[in-house]
Amino acid sequence: MSGKIIYFDNNATTGVAPEVRAAVLPFLGEEYGNPSSMYRFAGTSQHAVQKARAQTAALLGAKPEEIIFTSCGTESDSTAIFAALRARPEKKHFITTRVEHPAVLALGQYLEKEGYSVTWMGVDEKGRVNLEDFARALGRDTAMVSMMYANNETGNIYPVAEVGALCRERGVPFHVDAVQAVGKLPIDLATLPVDYLAMSGHKLHAPKGVGALYVRRGAPFRPFLRGGHQEGGHRAGTEAVPNIVALGTACELAGRHIEEENTRVKALRNDLQRRLFEKIPDCRLNGDLDCRLPNTLNISFRNVEGEAILLLLDQHGICASSGSACTSGSLEPSHVLRAMGVPFNYAHGSVRLSLCRYNTQEEVDFVAGVLPEIIARLREISPFKD
Amino acid sequence: MWEYTDRVREHFLNPRNSGALENADAVAEVGSLACGDAMKLYIKVKDGVITDASFQTFGCASAIASSSALTEMVKGKTLDEAMSITNKEIADFLGGLPKEKMHCSVMGRDALEAAIRSYRGEPARASDQEGHLVCKCFGVTDAQIVRAIRENKLTSVEDVTNFTKAGGGCGECLEEIGEILARVLAEEQKETGAERGQSLPAGLADLRKEKKESTPALSNVQRMRKVMTALDEIIRPRLKQDGGDIELVDIEGKVVSVALRGMCTSCPSSRLTIEGFVQQTLREQVEPGITVRELLQ
Repeated sequence: MSGKIIYFDNNATTGVAPEVRAAVLPFLGEEYGNPSSMYRFAGTSQHAVQKARAQTAALLGAKPEEIIFTSCGTESDSTAIFAALRARPEKKHFITTRVEHPAVLALGQYLEKEGYSVTWMGVDEKGRVNLEDFARALGRDTAMVSMMYANNETGNIYPVAEVGALCRERGVPFHVDAVQAVGKLPIDLATLPVDYLAMSGHKLHAPKGVGALYVRRGAPFRPFLRGGHQEGGHRAGTEAVPNIVALGTACELAGRHIEEENTRVKALRNDLQRRLFEKIPDCRLNGDLDCRLPNTLNISFRNVEGEAILLLLDQHGICASSGSACTSGSLEPSHVLRAMGVPFNYAHGSVRLSLCRYNTQEEVDFVAGVLPEIIARLREISPFKD
Repeated sequence: MWEYTDRVREHFLNPRNSGALENADAVAEVGSLACGDAMKLYIKVKDGVITDASFQTFGCASAIASSSALTEMVKGKTLDEAMSITNKEIADFLGGLPKEKMHCSVMGRDALEAAIRSYRGEPARASDQEGHLVCKCFGVTDAQIVRAIRENKLTSVEDVTNFTKAGGGCGECLEEIGEILARVLAEEQKETGAERGQSLPAGLADLRKEKKESTPALSNVQRMRKVMTALDEIIRPRLKQDGGDIELVDIEGKVVSVALRGMCTSCPSSRLTIEGFVQQTLREQVEPGITVRELLQ
């Protein structure tokens, strides 16, 4: 294997943007002041955090005071959901979907054990939810609704505005896990009927270890971390200044590149998709062709197993992921593909290729050349021929 | 990252004997598409000896590597010799498999047995392996679970899932697997007088752990006495059943040096005997930190 890496796994994590790295460096060096201190030396850190908050808010169409910096997307999800539930402890009904990221899925399962009744919204074969089902599920006892903006595996975009409107009509708090959507889709919280929104830095070229939670002004909130006035009293603990600066810078960059994501990156994805479908028989697209993130391609190859595909891709330095049982850390294929009813002879052979603005046409050409050979080779030794 | 040995990688990237075998004398299929791995094994037999073997496998890298390894292992073996190959030997041939992939080696063993039985005109599974269905998701019977526990010295429900897949789907049978495990461990304890590992139920395991942790460190003399007792009462009688024996050479701190005798010296799985049985037994009977070293004479 040559030293070159072709990174097509940007829904898993992304590389830190050079501009982000440059913005962070002073705060790993001479600028180490605590933003809470009073002397001028700490002012640089304080202003940097303020700037990052404004940058993050701007990307989301939010007000700076509605942004809480956290340590990751999962923390943002947990904080929002527990905050809303604790604010109305008498209500014991939680609504979410079957295709959530584990950060929300596992919370739903936990709430079930804690005595909540949970409505798990199913999806159709393209992974779409049914709005009428949401309308029917919302009841007097509903404490909150949590739905992802876009799915990490298929890239499917969910009807946030419509579900939000339904929730608002009934006065039910609405949380959106937007970890995969932020930076890839334009989001305007000034007009979206959303009460909480979670995002993560490392999905948009900031480092791991930083996320943010949007809490609409006036939405019920109970802090989890207490012991300081930071983050407007919403989350105590000294600010992770370098991480926060990184997130702010990454948000500003993402805003500048969002059109590119939806034009050039989308064209690369579409080119890859077209060529794979042309060259490889018996494959299927997982997800909603017409309503997907611009960077994501989830494709299943009949009668081959995903982990074997990934290992052979890895031999060529290509990084991708799979929803197969062997890579999901369990013995069953991904819960998303199962919820969509993808047949077994396809579900075990799914591969997710997720691009970003740093990917090139040459890389797409290379993957489009290599992957068909890999599938042919594995089909050759598979006992299933039809 | 994949924690595969170089040998697993090598067999995956360059599988030996893949593809259908023309004029095979027996063919067996195990696993299914739904389960995520499946294998078809072809063998040719002449005068009771397997002269050729090939495979077709749908599955992950370790499933393909296990299949490749198996076909290499069986060639030239008599049917009886091949029948005695265990899943552990397949995994060892590959320099080991990650724990959660051990079921791939079990699939290989199952395919081999089924092929030999088919050749001999016997039913696909021995009557004592039929049993009743415990895991409905992956079609695993209680007999298969008992066998995996015994052959691989499993001590937790998680192990059973790693080796047989049972319980890895909806999880409804986990409790039953726990009961089977507790039963087998109790039986084994009765048979050998030895107790190995923590068994379910969890409460019991915790109690035992506490007991173990509260045991004070042994002095050299105490340790030596205990090692000798365990050798005489548990280890030696078991090895003698197979025509082997073991000699205690030295004890330095927690390192116990031994030499194998009799049949054990020429046994290809002597490393297994040392690590899997002798060391394990001494760790349970004497002290958890014991390491056993085999001296080659």
